[in-house]
Amino acid sequence: MRVLVRSAALMGAERLLDITSAHIDGCLYHGQASLDFVERLVAGAGKVVVPTTLNVGSLDLIHPELFRGDEAVKSQAQRLMQAHLELGCESTFTCAPYQSRHRPRLGQQIAWAESNAIVFANSVLGARTNRYGDFMDLCAALTGRAPACGLHLAENRRGQVLFDLQDFPADRAGRDIWFATLGLFAGKRVGTLIPVFSGLPLDTNEDELKALGAACASTGGVGMFHAVGITPEAPTLSHAFGGRQSLRTVTVSRVQLQRTRAALSRARPGDRLVAVSVGTPHFSLAEFEQLLGLLAAEDAGPRIDFYVNTSRFILWQLEQCGQAQALLSRGITIVTDTCTYITPVMKQTRGLIMTNSGKWAHYAPGNIGVEVAFGSLRECVRSAVRGEVVLDAG
Amino acid sequence: MQADDTGTYWPAQAIVAGKGHGKPLLLTEALSFWGGYDAVQGCVIESGHPQCGARLAGRVTLMERAKGSSSSSSVLAEAIRNGTGPAALVMRERDLIVGLGCIVASELYGLHVPVVVVCESTWQEIVDMGSAETCDLRIDAALPGDCLIRISPYSAHNRPPTTGATT
Repeated sequence: MRVLVRSAALMGAERLLDITSAHIDGCLYHGQASLDFVERLVAGAGKVVVPTTLNVGSLDLIHPELFRGDEAVKSQAQRLMQAHLELGCESTFTCAPYQSRHRPRLGQQIAWAESNAIVFANSVLGARTNRYGDFMDLCAALTGRAPACGLHLAENRRGQVLFDLQDFPADRAGRDIWFATLGLFAGKRVGTLIPVFSGLPLDTNEDELKALGAACASTGGVGMFHAVGITPEAPTLSHAFGGRQSLRTVTVSRVQLQRTRAALSRARPGDRLVAVSVGTPHFSLAEFEQLLGLLAAEDAGPRIDFYVNTSRFILWQLEQCGQAQALLSRGITIVTDTCTYITPVMKQTRGLIMTNSGKWAHYAPGNIGVEVAFGSLRECVRSAVRGEVVLDAG
Repeated sequence: MQADDTGTYWPAQAIVAGKGHGKPLLLTEALSFWGGYDAVQGCVIESGHPQCGARLAGRVTLMERAKGSSSSSSVLAEAIRNGTGPAALVMRERDLIVGLGCIVASELYGLHVPVVVVCESTWQEIVDMGSAETCDLRIDAALPGDCLIRISPYSAHNRPPTTGATT
């Protein structure tokens, strides 16, 4: 509670409000400080008082044999995940808690951590959370309270910067990459302001919004965006801005997006690949279906390692409908509970690795020292089958 | 601004109380501590960041705003715990993720790294003076709220006048 009150003071909040769920990002082992904090709460017999999901940890507890790092870190990381369960958190271990059946509704107050989950909850679900980080999220879960400020309050949820999309690719196949690219582009330009995207295809789906938000929150401090005609608090441009004027307008052409994409990766068609990694944020069932469809269109399976990050709950659903076996037999490695760019699970990290994730492309070079090729899911599959970078024309 | 024979004093708002001083280090772009700072090696690792490779230990870090992952609080707390974190942070915007890293380090380890925010004109002055790296920035905020940043010429034995005799 003391951490919470100090934080409320920091944010200039005059009061606390009640929350209905929490999502905790404290399961990733960042060193001794991570564990010391949780152990102190366990020792004090702390328990969460609202439904509380957990973000990814540093280990795949379902497939622990995938871990290739230091044993001491492994046991510390395992203890960290276990300690959170002792506090009453659910063993979800996913960065996409919004892909479970129970998800927050429009207008609900929540305290979520994990930058992509925060953006998704605020923007796509219309639930209300600030950008909570490690520690604060757990304090909120233990008390059921959060400081009443920022994105919890309607007046702070109005759009601020307009991104006017001129000729955004409308063809569903292969357009995933442009949502990720747009996110990287916009995040860099808005900082912590709220972007409003006008001109996205009206059939934009949740996975595309997920990619957009995750990328935005990687290059910027974005906690929320509006997509006009798509997200719940932006039925019209005027709703998105709450009747106010945009602070500024950025016109975005396809050429600019192509330039952003090119700047991210020097990989050229024909370059040899060592692996593909997708599922950052965690793959949804719809994305797995798409992947199976793309694999079925090829004569052969991948010649290189192909990793897909997802949650254990999605994996269980895949197992029930037989899709997990189909993916396995096609040479796909499913990683649960964690993610390939935060923990050593990939067999090869020297050489070029391809992804369709803007977030992975942004962080992986610093985190695990890889070189990144950036392409759509379709390009990732085609490239994996040939063992070299294959890009769509244009 | 105020001045006396120990240096110049600039108004700031402490969002996390604490004490710290050192040479300034300006981050010219926002940094996400998670994915952008290695708390073991103690340096900026975000490829393409203008200050990639910079060490924050013992420095008063000037960063207009933070960005990116909410895991940054843990990385910052861990950096403070093992001595690779900054001596203090000066920002333009209140940032909960950065603030929390410092709050938790103070609650768990009694290491009180202050975070202060300053207005645009003060920021500009500090950045102009600080970029020379020949000065010492000192923040001493017992409580959150109004406080002062003292800027004085840097020397290896730079100490505040009140505690200068204690060692």
